[in-house]
Amino acid sequence: MSALLEIDGLTARLQVEGELRTVLHDVSLTIGAGEALGLVGESGSGKSMTARAVGRLLPRGAQTSGAVRFDGRDVLTLGPADLRRYRGEVAMIFQDPRAHVNPVRRIGDFMTETLRLQGVTGADAAKRAAGALRDVGIDDGERRLDQYPHELSGGLLQRVMIATMLLGEPRLVLADEPTTALDVTTQAEVMAILDELRHERGMALLFITHDLELAAAVCDRTAVMYAGQIVETRAASLLDRDPLHPYTAALAAARPDVAVSARRLAAIPGRPVSAFEAPAGCAFAPRCVCVQERCREARPPLDRLDDGQVRCRRAQELRGRMAAAIREGEASRA
Amino acid sequence: MPDVVLEARGLRKEYGELVAVDDVDLEVREGGSLAIVGESGSGKTTIAKMIVGLTAPTAGSIVACGRDRSAPSRSARERRRRGSEVQIVFQDPYSSLDPRQTAEQALDEVLRLHRGGRQGGRAARELLDLVGLDERQGRALPRALSGGQRQRIAIARALAAQPRVVILDESVAALDVSIQAQILNLLADIREETGVSYVLISHDLAVVRQITDEAIVMHRGRVVERGSTAQILDAPQDEYTQLLRASVPRPGWKPERRRRPEDQGAPA
Ligand SMILES: Nc1ncnc2c1ncn2[C@@H]1O[C@H](COP(=O)(O)OP(=O)(O)OP(=O)(O)O)[C@@H](O)[C@H]1O
Ligand SMILES: Nc1ncnc2c1ncn2[C@@H]1O[C@H](COP(=O)(O)OP(=O)(O)OP(=O)(O)O)[C@@H](O)[C@H]1O
Ligand code: SF4
Ligand SMILES: [Mg+2]
Ligand SMILES: [Mg+2]
Repeated sequence: MSALLEIDGLTARLQVEGELRTVLHDVSLTIGAGEALGLVGESGSGKSMTARAVGRLLPRGAQTSGAVRFDGRDVLTLGPADLRRYRGEVAMIFQDPRAHVNPVRRIGDFMTETLRLQGVTGADAAKRAAGALRDVGIDDGERRLDQYPHELSGGLLQRVMIATMLLGEPRLVLADEPTTALDVTTQAEVMAILDELRHERGMALLFITHDLELAAAVCDRTAVMYAGQIVETRAASLLDRDPLHPYTAALAAARPDVAVSARRLAAIPGRPVSAFEAPAGCAFAPRCVCVQERCREARPPLDRLDDGQVRCRRAQELRGRMAAAIREGEASRA
Repeated sequence: MPDVVLEARGLRKEYGELVAVDDVDLEVREGGSLAIVGESGSGKTTIAKMIVGLTAPTAGSIVACGRDRSAPSRSARERRRRGSEVQIVFQDPYSSLDPRQTAEQALDEVLRLHRGGRQGGRAARELLDLVGLDERQGRALPRALSGGQRQRIAIARALAAQPRVVILDESVAALDVSIQAQILNLLADIREETGVSYVLISHDLAVVRQITDEAIVMHRGRVVERGSTAQILDAPQDEYTQLLRASVPRPGWKPERRRRPEDQGAPA
């Protein structure tokens, strides 16, 4: 059986200062029904753009090549009617909910819009909306339906977005840092709900996060992005303990620990680069502690290694010694 | 002991029937760093808004740098002075950045207002560099930047005013851990060098651990626990704090639906 979502060699270019610039380069990913794929990586590396390309929500003037297939249909070429149907099956939760709600519409109107279009009566729709709010831990849902977005805290508004998404019973959810604005207790609750929907209804999930531990707990596989490319995909539970790519290892090392006060965190030196600024050869080379001359010659391909995929010339030889190599590199810099 | 730079007593905020903030006391010393953690909707951002004067307290007092700021400022001059005392970086930079202003223009404006003179351009580029953004990103409008890039611009803008206290409301949340590490190190350096104080509002308890000395825990508008950050995280006393601490993802952890007390006995 083929996957529910297939992203195949997706490249996207956006207008920047009057020029088209690459923000996604040859991205390939698949997600099966009921599966959760984590997407982590550098700020500006293209995680949100990947989700937006799948949701057909790229900024105006964007050009794409490659394919995105949902249930076997090509998403990038859907006409208006098919696109409407597709939007009913695929829901997106945005990183920045306040930028995606109409500030002068009440929460209730926003939440029930789609239900009303489907012919559900006002009272019924409101009841279902309040129920969905209760599901995400908001008990005074009836009162919240009468409020405006500015009257809700960041975490409450994000839960409104999640509850609205749940009302539509989508087959695929594109969740862009959905729990960043939530306290960890509420986060656990929301993730548990998404988990249930995956297991009970076979809903598929693309989950963008910065929290490797959270990805490990809720995803089957995790993909790592750097400068518009996938540099590693791996079983989520193995990613941070046994990374294949030096960037992933450096990410894991940079993470603060709730149980330990560190005087200094291990930041990756140098500046992140966008896809179009990436040098020839390996995009991570300017910041990689394991870099060698040959890394700069040609862009490394995404190779299979163990049960994952990795885009690094030295991955094979660094196998099992990655963490030590990173520590040495840090020591030599200090 | 260093002087108190920010103090709030008996702070209360009502929105109609709702008591969003209920009798909150807090104190920040020169060079100190206080975390406000707690439930979503428990009143954390509301406290921050009252401190910077974006909303008036229903009751209670706020004193910053020895001056009362419980009442709205009456002149542009006073507003500017308050701005050089306390700056805030908001939870969602998208709505706090002017959509028609490039990052560099936004920084220039603050630099001119608070530092005077014509040092604009270079100082703006230095600030951008500090937060890991390049010149092209400095020329971009907010909508052409990623979430984390916008957040870093908001941080640079707050630092540009060289305030005594910076309130960071979920300001490092949208950053990947490596850039987050860079920003947290930067904030620690600036605190060491300048004696600036921080109020950090965050759901990320690992971040809280790294850059704050003291913490208060909020639940339904009230402070349920206060003390040293390390102590609160290592040995939480209040039941809600314990639940919070236990919900931090870690190896082997699985998300679970919590049974809230009001659910008990209700049909499933
Ligand atoms: N509307 C736009 N026009 C032009 N470039 C854009 C636009 N939006 C984003 N970009 C650029 O595209 C690149 C990818 O952005 P994207 O939002 O996908 O990053 P991200 O991985 O989601 O980062 P973050 O973790 O910070 O949210 C960034 O370098 C960003 O500056
Ligand atoms: N302008 C307003 N009108 C009415 N209610 C409001 C207003 N602003 C905030 N509230 C309410 O006050 C309470 C506290 O909100 P606040 O934004 O301070 O929470 P928070 O602790 O910052 O939460 P989060 O972690 O989700 O950001 C919430 O119930 C919110 O809905
Ligand atoms: S290819 Fe070379 S520079 Fe790139 S990640 Fe691998 S070791 Fe580092
Ligand atoms: Mg993003
Ligand atoms: Mg808030």
